[in-house]
Amino acid sequence: MIVDSYRFLPRSFRPLYEGKGPFPGEDAPVWAPFQKRLQASRIALLSSAGLYLKASQPSFDLTREQDNPEWGDPSWRSIPSGATASEIGVAHLHINDEDILADPEIALPAHLLELLAAEGVVGGATADHLSVMGYQDRSLEGWRLETLPALVAMLRDRQADGLILAPA
Amino acid sequence: MPVLARWIEASGIPTVVVTMMPAVAEERRAPRIVGVEFPFGHSFGMPGDKAMQRRVLELALRVLAGAAAFGTRVDIDIEWPVPLRDAYKAWQPKEASPIVKKLLATWGRA
Repeated sequence: MIVDSYRFLPRSFRPLYEGKGPFPGEDAPVWAPFQKRLQASRIALLSSAGLYLKASQPSFDLTREQDNPEWGDPSWRSIPSGATASEIGVAHLHINDEDILADPEIALPAHLLELLAAEGVVGGATADHLSVMGYQDRSLEGWRLETLPALVAMLRDRQADGLILAPA
Repeated sequence: MPVLARWIEASGIPTVVVTMMPAVAEERRAPRIVGVEFPFGHSFGMPGDKAMQRRVLELALRVLAGAAAFGTRVDIDIEWPVPLRDAYKAWQPKEASPIVKKLLATWGRA
């Protein structure tokens, strides 16, 4: 079964995505072999749903995006794996956030990953996971120069053996 | 997101992208891809449906750990359990996003 990548996209937006090819300079294969057994590996998650901790973290900057639609907040948040739905906010202007607020696991399945770790399916989960706000295609340089080094540093610090990324 | 996966992969950390638009992730040259035919905002499935979420996460782990080559894509065979017309409306924000408003205004002038 082959997924229809445009099933839920408004028809008029399809040409914005289809047939665009790679970004300039991003054509060559990149490959990091997965070296360990899954049962001995620590896994991290990354969501672009704009998740943040309401009590201790600022929201993503939606006001500036409202003023400048070409801009997306390139910052990131660390979400502890034990965070609950009541603690998590969603800052994202491109989706209806009701389902994610009700069950953040549909964007960042941190509790489920902990369960799989407890069952021995994976060796473990990182103590916290990564949250960004999507729709950054127009400002990739900001991401590459500022956000990326911070994300990689955190993944290395947490000794992540692999990362599952989920666009919202 | 596919390009972010590429950059993180290039730093030495294996990645897999779980995405509603796997054809786009292929075009953008993501190293490993799991495709889901779900509405936007629902990468791992329906809220509260732990069995569905688990199927997606377990497939993502298998592709992450077991893909043999760059560009591996595996789509998951789960039909969204909501009629298309309802699901299509439900995922969209109550107010059009700033970039969509701008595009619609541009197209309206064309």
